Amino acid sequence: MNGYIALSYWDLVIAAVFLLLNGILSFRFHLGLERQLLVASVRMVIQLLLVGLLLKTIFAIASFWLTMLTALAMCGFAGREIWARQERRLRGIWGHGIGTGVMMVSGMTIILVALTTQIQPDPWWSPRYALPLFGMILGNTMTGISLGLNALNSTVPRERVAIEAQLLLGQTNWQAVAPFLQHALRIGFTPIINAMAATGVVSLPGMMTGQILSGVAPEEAVKYQLLIMFLIGGATGLGVLGSVLMSAWRLTDDRHRLRLDRLG
Amino acid sequence: MALLRIEELTSPLLHIPWLEVAEGECVVISGESGAGKSLLLRSIADLDPNKGEVSLDGRSRASMSACEWRRQVMLVPAESGWWADTVEAHFLADQPVDELIASLGLPPEALSWEVARLSSGERHRLAIARALSFRPRAMLLDEPTAALDPIATEHLESVLRHRLSDGTCLLLVTHDRDQAARMATRSIVIAEGRIVQGSVSAT
Repeated sequence: MNGYIALSYWDLVIAAVFLLLNGILSFRFHLGLERQLLVASVRMVIQLLLVGLLLKTIFAIASFWLTMLTALAMCGFAGREIWARQERRLRGIWGHGIGTGVMMVSGMTIILVALTTQIQPDPWWSPRYALPLFGMILGNTMTGISLGLNALNSTVPRERVAIEAQLLLGQTNWQAVAPFLQHALRIGFTPIINAMAATGVVSLPGMMTGQILSGVAPEEAVKYQLLIMFLIGGATGLGVLGSVLMSAWRLTDDRHRLRLDRLG
Repeated sequence: MALLRIEELTSPLLHIPWLEVAEGECVVISGESGAGKSLLLRSIADLDPNKGEVSLDGRSRASMSACEWRRQVMLVPAESGWWADTVEAHFLADQPVDELIASLGLPPEALSWEVARLSSGERHRLAIARALSFRPRAMLLDEPTAALDPIATEHLESVLRHRLSDGTCLLLVTHDRDQAARMATRSIVIAEGRIVQGSVSAT
């Protein structure tokens, strides 16, 4: 790693001047954005500084259990976010459980395989590798799952008459929800498909940019980026598929009825 | 011998201790809006969670899959549902329906129509044709003629009479008194989820 240029806090202050300029413009032209801009940027600064400190500590302690605990806490936050992004949710434990559970299983499986067979840091759970990669996988899986679940849970009640018409003609619950299941899956998959299609053409992905800035040769940075995109794609796909199918299963029952009473 | 028999049919808003419908019978169900007429039909078709013993021709509902049951005890709700763009996609490919469609007063090309361009009367007649094409033993019809003009109503009633004479039975929810008088072999009145008037079996 040669050619890495360290930044001083003074450099950051200078960069922030442009954001400040935006705030002044907003105030001058009564756009009403200055408050939101201020809150968002202050939040960003505090959150990132804290994360920096936290990661520094976790890297220094380098404990397997602390790393696992951190990963679990990340799952908890992401699960909460999936729950919050749905307009209508399944009642009871299912509302939280399906999104969080499926995301955790698919994310953990993928990262485990990647760490033990492809990246192979020493030890394999080394937090310096495990946590940032897990964060990237989790963030994308979270977006896919919340979009997919939200689409399913809003489409199925809207299409109640069409679904029940099929059930009444003797179709099974899976046949009856199939068109709307496909719709939800498509919506859940869209961001990752778009991200893969546009990556490198419109902008360089953040991780690759970071590696290049820290002196890694571009072709090496590309390899890392491809690896992480495959991992993200895999985890998002599994997560969207698993959570949407489980929710659809929960929205119908073994007598092939539509159970909108299970939706909050 | 009762074709359709209902014992202790119970759901949160419904309690029917006993109801029998014989072959060839048309039982007209009336009652105010919200009395539970549609709920009764939905519960018989097993579309809402419910308890109780329902049987067709002596065969218990519980011994059949829900899909098999619904093909023989066919409910056509007041609002018809559509899930594809063309009418044809809503019919099974291997069932001849031209005759049925003609007998309901629709032209044979109705199958190739787009669902979005159907009138409410056409929608409803096609939904009934779709259901009757399964040749169900029991028909549960919820206000089948509410959107139909007098001629279309006449067509439908004659098709239903034909089916009844072939040994099926019919539970018919209607607000139309004249229709009730024309079709009913027996009438019941429902209020607050219970049968409050009428005979629960053929005498």
